[in-house]
Amino acid sequence: MTVLKVDKVSKTYQSGSRQLTVLDDINFSVAAGQSLAIVGPSGSGKTTLLGLCAGLDHVSAGSVQLAGHKLESLNEDQRAEVRSQEIGFIFQNFQLLPTLTALENVMVPMELKGQKDAMKVARELLAKVGLEDRLTHYPSQLSGGEQQRVSIARAFANKPKILFADEPTGNLDTDTGEMIERLIFDLNRQENTTLIMVTHDLELAAKTDRIVHMRGGKLVSDSNE
Amino acid sequence: MNKAGWIFKMAFRDFKQNKAKLFLFVSSIVIGIAALVAISSFGDNLVKDIDSQAKELLGADLVLENNKPIGDQDLDSIAIDRASEVNFASMVAFPKSGESRLVQVRALEGAFPFYGKLVTAPESADELFRKGGKVALVEELLMNQYSIQVGDEVKVGDLIFEVVGALQEAPGQTGITATVAPVVYIPKSFAEETGLIQYGSRLEYMEYYKFAPEVNVETLIEPYKELWETEHIDEDTVEERKDRTGRSFANMSDFLSLVAFVALLLGCVGVASAVNVFVKEKLPSVAVLRCLGVSSRDTFLIYLTQIVAMGMLGSLAGAILGTLVQYVLPQVFGEFLPVEVTVGISWSAVGFGVLTGVLVSVLFALLPLMKIRKVPPMMTLRPSSDSLSLAQDPMRWAVLGLIAVFVLIFSWVLLGGWKEAAGFSAFVAGAFGMLWFVGTGIMWSIRRFLPLTLRYPIRQALANLYRPNNQTISLIATIGLGTAMISTLFFVQNQLLDQVRFADKEDQPNMLFFDIQTSQVTEVRKAVENEGLPIMQEVPIVTMRLEEINGVDKSENDDLSDEVRKSRGLYNREFRVTYRDSLISSESLVEGQLHTYQNDGDSILVSVDQGYADRTGIEMGDKILFNVQGRPLTTYVGSFREVNFQKVSTNFLVLFPENVLEKAPKFHVIITKTETDQQAADVQNRIVKDFPNISVINLGMIVDTLEDILGKISFVIQFMALFSILTGVLVLVSSLIISKYQRMRESILLRTLGAGSGTVSLINTLEYFFLGSLASLSGILLSFIATAMLSVFVFDFPLKWAFGHAAIIYLAITGLTVLLGWLNGRGVLNKPPMRILRSTS
Ligand SMILES: Nc1ncnc2c1ncn2[C@@H]1O[C@H](COP(=O)(O)OP(=O)(O)OP(=O)(O)O)[C@@H](O)[C@H]1O
Ligand SMILES: [Mg+2]
Repeated sequence: MTVLKVDKVSKTYQSGSRQLTVLDDINFSVAAGQSLAIVGPSGSGKTTLLGLCAGLDHVSAGSVQLAGHKLESLNEDQRAEVRSQEIGFIFQNFQLLPTLTALENVMVPMELKGQKDAMKVARELLAKVGLEDRLTHYPSQLSGGEQQRVSIARAFANKPKILFADEPTGNLDTDTGEMIERLIFDLNRQENTTLIMVTHDLELAAKTDRIVHMRGGKLVSDSNE
Repeated sequence: MNKAGWIFKMAFRDFKQNKAKLFLFVSSIVIGIAALVAISSFGDNLVKDIDSQAKELLGADLVLENNKPIGDQDLDSIAIDRASEVNFASMVAFPKSGESRLVQVRALEGAFPFYGKLVTAPESADELFRKGGKVALVEELLMNQYSIQVGDEVKVGDLIFEVVGALQEAPGQTGITATVAPVVYIPKSFAEETGLIQYGSRLEYMEYYKFAPEVNVETLIEPYKELWETEHIDEDTVEERKDRTGRSFANMSDFLSLVAFVALLLGCVGVASAVNVFVKEKLPSVAVLRCLGVSSRDTFLIYLTQIVAMGMLGSLAGAILGTLVQYVLPQVFGEFLPVEVTVGISWSAVGFGVLTGVLVSVLFALLPLMKIRKVPPMMTLRPSSDSLSLAQDPMRWAVLGLIAVFVLIFSWVLLGGWKEAAGFSAFVAGAFGMLWFVGTGIMWSIRRFLPLTLRYPIRQALANLYRPNNQTISLIATIGLGTAMISTLFFVQNQLLDQVRFADKEDQPNMLFFDIQTSQVTEVRKAVENEGLPIMQEVPIVTMRLEEINGVDKSENDDLSDEVRKSRGLYNREFRVTYRDSLISSESLVEGQLHTYQNDGDSILVSVDQGYADRTGIEMGDKILFNVQGRPLTTYVGSFREVNFQKVSTNFLVLFPENVLEKAPKFHVIITKTETDQQAADVQNRIVKDFPNISVINLGMIVDTLEDILGKISFVIQFMALFSILTGVLVLVSSLIISKYQRMRESILLRTLGAGSGTVSLINTLEYFFLGSLASLSGILLSFIATAMLSVFVFDFPLKWAFGHAAIIYLAITGLTVLLGWLNGRGVLNKPPMRILRSTS
């Protein structure tokens, strides 16, 4: 079953009088439960593609179908609803809300869905990432690795169908990075989530089911084909 | 390389990047400086104007005044022109409508004013008035109020005059005096015929003199002063009037400068808190500089230079704005000003403002800026967002001390006394301290006790209040203090009015007839009873002067040392006393008891108002010699009473026993109660028609007048308080702009996580709602405390909480905060959340 279908997607930016094509006719689809790594040189359009897949921005042409929703036909609030229901995010720079504790940060996605047992689930998730004794700490009181673990717990909080990660280990040392990788893959397996990850780290990419290469805004190779 | 040069260069490089932001930081002081410069420019110009218009203020070179006709004077022959006047309070009636009103009647003879003129409409009316005949000039305000036109009639006592014009301006008159005591001018030749020159009238006889320009009035009158003093003649010269007017307006402008200073201090708190954010952002760069080998002092100087430059710019902007604001001040203060005010740039005020602005913004900015000295180069390697604790930094305490000294000196300059300055400084520190305490307390308890079970948007909004760099506490302090000023003003004003209105409740009297002659008492009683009104009190009044206390007369008293001397006012006052052997409801005994007078030869024991006795130095058992219409009367102080002067009643400083004054010449007061204001007006008009010499005061009119005057005063104060509110708004806006980036990131993150725009804007709105609520409620709490203290210690009112007004103020301030927040966050909602993947840091 296909959870993500990217169909003839292009993205152009208007910079001054010039048209800059950042993504050019991208096509691929991802089956449920699969894990996929997007690799490529800097500036090749990986982040842009990830953003479009998650409905964070509009495509210039083409179409993105995510968990049965045609993203380009939805407005911003409807796309937010899709994210709330179907998607989890892990960022290179963690992106925790500085005013909330670790526990509260993890509760947010569930609370947005109106889930009743948010606190209980958040505790369990934080326990899974090994932070059961850091529940009331604020992001500023946590190390980078710990913050990323909180953000992983948050990413799984709404039981997403698809997990998007943009260089999740980019800001961490090797050991911590490996721990984070293990966590992501473990949880991914446990929860049977689809994983789409942008990374520079070829070792990490090798652990996924499938790798797509990008260069200059084009998809140049796909290990699935 | 030249060190100072390099520091400047670095400061300038850094400044190019920060200038917009830095200007935003110091913008908070602009309004405060503007207020300060506007007030002091206005004050400077006012002093000049009073100087140049001093003669017009008095209208003559010399004015003599007494409560009986002033006999011939040596000066009469020296003067090149003279005018005389007798004035008194009396009812006038307008036959056209049958309405009547208490006014100040001025019966004038001669060409007064010699300087300036009586401004009338039509302009020719002044001339007509002086031609003689039964003509009158009536205060324009009064003519409008009673729809009187030129050509209509006005009845003064027994005579009817034709109104030939409306009086618009007269020497020394202001909008306020016109409201309290509107004037009706009549020719002096008819004064006697009005029948109002009667016993008990508070008559004031004035002689106006004009001397040749070369005459020095001060030296001229010197030899006569002593004689005048014994005859109770008061003299007033241009110099004296100028000094007095100058002094009272200097007091006013000092007071207003203090209000402006509070606005400035609010702005400074804004500066300190914004610079604190700035410093936090700069810490990594500071660490880098330190790594590269720049000394901690030089790094500090690089940033200090920028702050000084910005403080200068902010102060200049404030000075320019203040100079412009000054142009509206004559409108704002118009009702209070006895002279024409010119507006113009006052360089001394501008200099004073800029200097104050730079000093105060640098002082306050130093508090957070000091952190820069303590940044360890290690921060480049391991950035720690934990703030550097400065509690132990002695320099920080030194800066705090300097700020305290500055506030103290500044208020001393304006208030002129150390005690007052210390009081004001303590008040400011206390108010800020309290708001700070409340703010911190609330933040702490939110963080500590915020229940996880609360609905998510509410919890997120509350949590946002302690977002790093959110400046929540300083916002609570600035908005709160602004709110406190405005609401204290409202509360006190309303309490004053309530107090007067309250007097109309229950069976309290609300109407007072006075100047009733003994021969009229029975008739007036009957007339009042025929109107269906109760006679609640009928009081005889005898006037007398005090000759000696304990054998000491006026001049002997003057020679006594400070400790034993009694107030001079005792000897100058005309006492109006009554006699009875019992207390009335507005009085209570505090010491001694009432003594009756039974037999000839008994000592006469009088009862004195305790407050008055305290003020003047009268003590229990003092022997007082009164002069009752020429007859000496020896009395002793036998008791002290506390008199509630707020009740409508006849209240007396001195109360005699019965059987002493019955034979003395006297007049009478009758007190009654009407049901409605309309009835009061009708009764007043009918009584005045039959008894033109009787004056009437009804509470409705007092309330109207009071409301009018308080309205005028509070307009001025509100105008000044506006500066504080504006500063609060500016601090809020600058903090919103400073935190905009962070707010935007949070909003985008929430939307990335799937929050709809509704949820995001609900969270934002709630955050501002909580912020506005906290700030305004703390401010209102503060003003409740201030009002309560004023009520108890100053006005002696019963405590009353103005919850209604508080609610209105709360809604207004909170609404404003939400609106500003909403305007600030508007742009975020329709941006694609893609930025979340690109934002660094
Ligand atoms: N808003 C924008 N306007 C114009 N050009 C943009 C915009 N956003 C991204 N680009 C350009 O699009 C191209 C692709 O950027 P993208 O961030 O997707 O690259 P990337 O593959 O993620 O690179 P990296 O590995 O460095 O993160 C870049 O050349 C970038 O400059
Ligand atoms: Mg990227």
